[in-house]
Amino acid sequence: MDWVNALVQGTLLGGLYALFAAGLSLIFGIMRLVNIAHGDLIVLASYLGLVVVTATGMHPLLALAVAVPAMAVLGYVLQHGILNQTLGDDLLPPLLVTFGLSVIIQNALLEGFTADPQKMNAGAIETASVSVGSLQLGVLPILTFATAVGVIAALQWMFYNTALGRAFRAVSDNQEIAQLMGLNRRHIFGLAMGLALGVTAIAGIFLGIRTSFDPSAGASRLIFGFEAVIIGGLGNLWGTLAGGVILGVSQTLGAKIDPGYQILAGHIAFLVVLAVRPQGLFPRVSG
Amino acid sequence: MKVTRTSPAARIAAIFGLLVLIILAAGPYWAGRADMRLMSEIFLYLALASLWNLMAGYAGLVSVGQQAFVGFGGYMLFALTIFGGLSPVVAIAGAAVLGSLIAVPVAVLIFRLRGAYFAIGTWVMAEVFRLTFAQVSALGGGSGSSLPVGIVRSMADGRAAREALSYWLALGMAVVVIAAVYFFLRSRQGLALTAIRDNELAAGSLGIDIWRTKFVVYIVTAGLTSMVGALIFLQKLRISPDAAFSVNDWTAFVIFIVVIGGIGTLEGPIIGTLIFFALRETLADLGSTYLMVLGAVAIVIMLKAPKGVWGLIRSRYDFELFPLSYRVHHDDTDK
Repeated sequence: MDWVNALVQGTLLGGLYALFAAGLSLIFGIMRLVNIAHGDLIVLASYLGLVVVTATGMHPLLALAVAVPAMAVLGYVLQHGILNQTLGDDLLPPLLVTFGLSVIIQNALLEGFTADPQKMNAGAIETASVSVGSLQLGVLPILTFATAVGVIAALQWMFYNTALGRAFRAVSDNQEIAQLMGLNRRHIFGLAMGLALGVTAIAGIFLGIRTSFDPSAGASRLIFGFEAVIIGGLGNLWGTLAGGVILGVSQTLGAKIDPGYQILAGHIAFLVVLAVRPQGLFPRVSG
Repeated sequence: MKVTRTSPAARIAAIFGLLVLIILAAGPYWAGRADMRLMSEIFLYLALASLWNLMAGYAGLVSVGQQAFVGFGGYMLFALTIFGGLSPVVAIAGAAVLGSLIAVPVAVLIFRLRGAYFAIGTWVMAEVFRLTFAQVSALGGGSGSSLPVGIVRSMADGRAAREALSYWLALGMAVVVIAAVYFFLRSRQGLALTAIRDNELAAGSLGIDIWRTKFVVYIVTAGLTSMVGALIFLQKLRISPDAAFSVNDWTAFVIFIVVIGGIGTLEGPIIGTLIFFALRETLADLGSTYLMVLGAVAIVIMLKAPKGVWGLIRSRYDFELFPLSYRVHHDDTDK
């Protein structure tokens, strides 16, 4: 029964990882940009939530109403102001610029909030649980997983049923021709980054409620998100969710064997997928 | 008309460089203890930067996981001296060999990832290394271990002699790395590498085995990076997983050095290292603000002058200190 429990908890944990990964997957899918600062932006969103919660005393989940638009605006400005200048055939500029951003965000948070771990207090929901058979499932992990499914379903719907989604797919397919058809590529990219950081804000708030975080927590969030994207296959958002689940399950199973193996087991699952099926389990586009 | 690689500027640079090298080699006779430590650190960063530049600037392999090999080399120094009973100097060479060997399966796996995904893949690898070494209780597990006094003493008689030896090893490492990169780039393999950098598709159609060329660069770089790692931790005398596999210390700083100095040139890492240490020595008191400044400088350089400081100099005065490219000389008689 312990193993079933680990399996279920891992699946729910995978929801959080899918939230980490969704923004990363979105940005890569639309503009072929890999954002090294992604993890730090997640942590930035957690701190943003913390500030809102401490200032207003509102519930962390309600802080989403502030954090999501704020991060979305930041994303648009970031893309328009800096990242659009790096786009092109050369992969070095976006990589190094986002790497620089990552260092700046980390140290700015360190300056503003010290290295002490912080956490958002969400009250009763943190410890609430429901019994399913002999399993005890936390309400918060279930909520996180449901949110991940909801976010991915919404993104998927947006991609295939709205004008904005069509614009995203158009610039993703061919930037120059999309431009000729009257789409302003810079504006579309700005919107894409805004959307991605909106999702990142959701990830950051759930992260901040679930565990404690500190300014250096971004690196491992980036790596988990990245692993979920690669395991699931590039360009497939539902695949990303599956990737997150596989990563989460590997980690809880690893932790079951020995707590020291938790993170390592996740990395090993990633390497095994890379060795056996480098295109990921459910690929849609070739990267 | 004739085509040559060398130029008067390069010849002057060679003579000047030799003079500087002689002065530096005499360091233990004129420099204080603190200066020698700082210079050793500069030499080792110069070596790391030149190696990263060879991978990213020439082979297009942008790695943010070179700390895997720095840490691995450091740990091999400890393992080979403590359990293998080797002398530190032999262990450093051993670290290089083992570093190249471990890089083979690593490369086979992560070469499946392209571009930026390759970059994060190397980072995952470094994390795997860190978590694995944290599990090895014989090497101190998560809290790390110190190099036993007996092994340190066995290097040379007396503290001054030990410090001189460790200084010379660091200087030698920098010289070996720069010379190796220079001669590699001038060789047939180097020409293939330059062709790949300029246009991968065209290079492939000319019969260059792209995968193999990049693979060789990765393996050689890994071996030399492990060697630098062994030297770094011979200076520190203490190792722990977090220090050994630190992405900030062994990759972020190195990337900043290369970007600021000028990526894809041999001169860039040298200039970048000097700028980096000048900034560090003047701004280090600012703590995290200093790192923010460094990040901002790197972003501005990448956006406004992607070829770095050396690129700016070179676009103004057309010369190179390391004669790599071919140039045409017009004699008066050709007119």
